[in-house]
Amino acid sequence: MNYWPLAGIALVVLGFALRFNPLLVVAVAAIATGLLAGLDVVAVIEALGKTFNDNRYISVTWIILPVIGLLERYGLQQRARALIEGVRGATMGRLLVLYLLFRQVTAALGMKDIGGHPQTVRPLVAPMAEAAALKTHGELDEDSREKVKGMSAATDNVGLFFGEDIFFAIASILLIQGVFESYGYPLTPLQLSLWAIPTAICAFLIHGGRLLAFDRRLGRPAGKERT
Amino acid sequence: MITLEWLYVLAGIVFAMWAILSLRDITNGKRFGNAAFWGLLSVSFFLGGQLSDFANGVLVLALVGIAGAGWLGRSDPPTTGLTERLGLSEALGNRLFLPALIIPLTAVIGTVLYNYTPLGETGLFEDRRETLILFGIGVLFALGVCLAWLRPPLLAPIEEGRRLMDSIGWAAVLPQMLAALGGVFALAGVGEVIGEIAGGVIPENSIFIAVVIFALGMAFFTIIMGNAFAAFPVMAAAIGIPVLVEQYGGNPAVIGAVGMLAGFCGTLCTPMAANFNIVPAALLELKDQYGVIRQQIGTAMPLWLCNVAIIYIAGFLLWS
Repeated sequence: MNYWPLAGIALVVLGFALRFNPLLVVAVAAIATGLLAGLDVVAVIEALGKTFNDNRYISVTWIILPVIGLLERYGLQQRARALIEGVRGATMGRLLVLYLLFRQVTAALGMKDIGGHPQTVRPLVAPMAEAAALKTHGELDEDSREKVKGMSAATDNVGLFFGEDIFFAIASILLIQGVFESYGYPLTPLQLSLWAIPTAICAFLIHGGRLLAFDRRLGRPAGKERT
Repeated sequence: MITLEWLYVLAGIVFAMWAILSLRDITNGKRFGNAAFWGLLSVSFFLGGQLSDFANGVLVLALVGIAGAGWLGRSDPPTTGLTERLGLSEALGNRLFLPALIIPLTAVIGTVLYNYTPLGETGLFEDRRETLILFGIGVLFALGVCLAWLRPPLLAPIEEGRRLMDSIGWAAVLPQMLAALGGVFALAGVGEVIGEIAGGVIPENSIFIAVVIFALGMAFFTIIMGNAFAAFPVMAAAIGIPVLVEQYGGNPAVIGAVGMLAGFCGTLCTPMAANFNIVPAALLELKDQYGVIRQQIGTAMPLWLCNVAIIYIAGFLLWS
C-alpha cells in the first residue's frame, strides 16, 4: 500500500499550526496529495475544480448578508442587547443554556436551519450574551469579551451537532443506514436516531455545566483565577 | 421547476455587485484584490456548470493566489454610527427581529409543508434541494420587507452586505475549498490507508480497547477531514462492522449511531470544519481565529468519553 498520500495530511496540520493562509495550505496539500498518489498535475487540478464546482451550494448561503447587514444598520444588535437588559435575572450562563436547549430541541425536530452563525449568532445570540455578561459582571476586558463571543458560537455548534441526529430524516442517519445496509445489516432510521438521545443528554449536561461555570469564573477579577 | 441553478444565478448577481462596488471603493487600498476575488466567485456561480473541470480548477487556484498573496482588504462603506443605531433601535423596537426571523421560518415551515402535504407532489422544487431553495426565497422575502418598511438608500443592502463579506474575507470560501480537498483525498485513497492503519492496531480479545480505537479513529479522522461523514464509511469498514459487530457481536444500531457522534466530537476540535469553527470566528470579528475551537474542546473531550462509555455499555454489556 502507498502511504505517501498521508504526507498531504501532515502538510495540512503543519500549515494550520504555522498559521499560513488556510486557502493556500489546503490548495498545496491537495496538489501534493494528488501528485504523491501518482496522479498528474492536470488530473489534480481537474479534480479540485470539479469538486469545488459541485459544492457551490455551500457558499450560496452568503446571500443572507445583505439582509443581516441592513438590519444591523437599523440597530438590530443594539435591540438584541436592549431586550436582554430588560429581562430581570438574565445571566449569560442561563441565556446560553436556554439557547443550547432551544437549538437541540429544534434540531431534533428537524429544524436545523433555524439557527446558525450568520443567521442568529452574530446578530442576536452573541450581542445578547455580551449584554448579559456586562449586566452581571460590569465592564469586561477584551479577553473576556472574546471568550463570551467564542462561547456563543460554540453553543450553537454543540446544540446543532448533538440535536440533529435525533431527527431520523437527516443526512448523517441516512449515511449510517446506507453503510450498514451495504454490509448486510438493515437498520431503520428510527432505531439509529433513538440511540442519539443518550449522547444528546450528555452534551446538554456537559456543555450546560461548562456555560454556568464559565459565567461564575468571569465574575472573578483577573488574576485571581490562578490562585 | 425551481432548481439550485436559479439560486446560483442569484448568488452570481450578489457577488457581481460586491465586485463592482469593491472596484469603485477608492477608500480601500486593496480594492482590486477584493474586486477580483468576489468577481471570480461570481463567475463560478454564473458559469461554473459550463466551464470545464480544468477551467474551474484554474479559477480555484486564482482565488487561492489572491488570498495567499494577501491582496484582500477590509472595506468600510458608509453606514450609521453607534448613537444613530441606538436611536433607531429604540424607535423601531422589537419589530426589528421580525425580518431576521422570516428567513429561517420560511426555510423550516416551507420544508415541512413541502414534505408532509400534497404541495410536494407539485414538483415545484428540485429534489432534496427544497430547504436551500426556500432559504433563498426567504432571503428575498425578508429583503423585500426591509426595503418596504425601512426605505434605506438604494445601495444600502449591498453595501452593508459587502461590509460583512469583506470582514469574513477568504474564510468565506474555505468550507467549499475543504470539500474540494476531500475530493482529492478520496481520489488519492487516503481513507483506505487510514482504515488499514486503524484496523492493524486492534489487539486480540479486548472489546473495550476495540471500542476505544473505533471511537478514537472516528474523532481523529474527522479532525483531519473536517467532516464525520468522510470518516464514518472508512472506520465502519475497518473496525465498526468486521470487529465490533461481527467478531464481538455488538449492537449495530448503537455502534453506528454513537460512532458517528464520536466523530462529531472531532468536528468541534478542528479548523478543517471551517464553516462551524473558522467562519464564525471571522464573523464575530475575534482576534484569535481558533477562538471558537478553544471554547469547544472542553465540551468535546468529556463528551467523547461519554460516547465510548455508551457504545461499551449499551452496545455490548446490555445487549448480550
